[in-house]
Amino acid sequence: MTQMPAAVPEKREITTKPRLTDRIFRGVVTSGGLSSLVILGLILIFLLFNGYNTLKTQGLHFLTSSNWQAVVNDAGTFDPKASHFGIAAMLIGTMVVALIAVVVGVPISVGAAIYLTFYAPDFIKKVMVSAIDLMAAFPSVLFGLWGFFVLESSGEYWAKLLNKYFSWIPIFKLPAPYVTRSPFIAGLVLAVMIIPIVTSISREIFSQTPLDRMQAAYALGGTRFAMLRAVAFPYARSGIVGGVMLGLGRAMGETVAVYTVLNIVYQVNWHILFSAGGNVASMILLKFGEASPDEIKALMAAGLVLFILTLIVNSLANVIVSRTGKSGR
Amino acid sequence: MTTESEENQGDEMEATTSKGSLSEIAAARQQKQPGSNALGVGLEARGVHAWFGEKHALANVSLDFWPGTVTALIGPSGCGKSTFLRTLNRMHEFIPTAAMAGEVLLNGEDIYAAGVDVTKIRLKVGMVFQKPNPFPSMTIAENVLAGLKLAQLKIENKDDLLEECLERAGLWAEVKDRLNTHGGALSGGQQQRLCIARALAVRPQVLLMDEPCSALDPGSTLRIEETISQLSSSVTIVIVTHNMQQAARVSDYTAFFLSDGGPGQMIEVGSTNDIFSRPKDERTENYVTGRFG
Repeated sequence: MTQMPAAVPEKREITTKPRLTDRIFRGVVTSGGLSSLVILGLILIFLLFNGYNTLKTQGLHFLTSSNWQAVVNDAGTFDPKASHFGIAAMLIGTMVVALIAVVVGVPISVGAAIYLTFYAPDFIKKVMVSAIDLMAAFPSVLFGLWGFFVLESSGEYWAKLLNKYFSWIPIFKLPAPYVTRSPFIAGLVLAVMIIPIVTSISREIFSQTPLDRMQAAYALGGTRFAMLRAVAFPYARSGIVGGVMLGLGRAMGETVAVYTVLNIVYQVNWHILFSAGGNVASMILLKFGEASPDEIKALMAAGLVLFILTLIVNSLANVIVSRTGKSGR
Repeated sequence: MTTESEENQGDEMEATTSKGSLSEIAAARQQKQPGSNALGVGLEARGVHAWFGEKHALANVSLDFWPGTVTALIGPSGCGKSTFLRTLNRMHEFIPTAAMAGEVLLNGEDIYAAGVDVTKIRLKVGMVFQKPNPFPSMTIAENVLAGLKLAQLKIENKDDLLEECLERAGLWAEVKDRLNTHGGALSGGQQQRLCIARALAVRPQVLLMDEPCSALDPGSTLRIEETISQLSSSVTIVIVTHNMQQAARVSDYTAFFLSDGGPGQMIEVGSTNDIFSRPKDERTENYVTGRFG
């Protein structure tokens, strides 16, 4: 088969001339799509611009130390060299509280989503779906107040139980007998706050489980539980991970509820039952009112770090979704 | 065997295009007599009605399925034949508001009786759907054995069962070297045979097929039909089909369903040869000769 290769023509450029209405609509949706990116970019630039000096003078200490001291020298002006700004305690607190929220909230949410999709009678489903949507729109300060006045007292009891039976696990140890306003309680409040979003995303995914696969599972003599394991979970897994990451993002950024419930202390605290903790967002809220303009710049730097942390978590989520996702779909 | 059938494929395709040869196709088939291949089991429908909400979809169907035979359900769209099929393994009840009346007896026992474990019924009466629906998260091997996992059955030698089921479904030769790859990579016809293998793995007595070839190309259709012929010695098969040539080629008995605007009814049932060569009812004759539907 040794033929002379025929002359291969140049590739043609394929063009279409869009109509005017099409172009206008394209312009509208493009600007809509880009505007969110532009706003995000502007916020990032704003934070960088204001936080840069603090990050430069503090260096890595900003991430590793837990000192927060704005020093004013004898002349009455801010002394950037003598001041110490470090958010290690708050960074770790952010992650600890958010993780507690996810560990407690996600099983409840996924369970609720399964119940609503595969078990609940129609009228219960309708009532619960609107209740959950309402819960998602609830102001977070109300969750904070509820956590402070209601959850605190029962949470104290659970904390003592956990400490009594599980204190051999380091995170359940208590350095001192103070269990109120702990990361544990704050985590529970955040769990309640992320349940609506994780539930509604999971429910959405579960309800899209292909009917023909579900029927295949039933036709093979599967029970509903067996069907869930063989069909619904593999199908929904990646979507649930996405929902969990959204919940995690919300928990990491939550401000007012944490501020209300948690005893904010500048000290790295791994003991989740102990009355000390904080997160970056609530720290900013705490300091913002009485901060000097220079200290505010340090708070901006803290905000920048939170921004980047959230970005990292979301990218991780994307990686996880693309790794685990496709096979079950 | 495979090459031979591929050679014959052209002739078969010709046969499917010439309408007049339906009765010849049916006559050319070796007719199975009731009880000639008895497995000691049977499926009987007695006075089955079906509703979707207020809509009466199927009225008073009584039909026996002899063990080891292939029965084709034919009729125009909306005549209730798929609905009837789905009452036979209680898949009908998955549709909200679906209701039924009458009895379906498997080995003499009503599968709708109170206290019957519906999952056990579906193990005995398997089903293959219109659209191939392998589980995409599972490999080919896992797909075949999925029924065991779903129904929590324990067996000794999974590898033997795997080979046996794929062999019976006519897929073994094509996939034996890639059992651990995902089923989604197979062609449509292969996927459907994978679904047949999956249905066979739980050793059903009856296999219900709901237009198993309607989403497939002619070549794959032929392979499935060969598979059906081979299976019919060991499993009772009920097949819904829109393709009358297919009914004539694969079935021993044919039941004709029709709806005159009201609920679907079974007009006539008989040996496939009789239905296609000397139907008793005029409506059956009009349908099988292609005058409507």
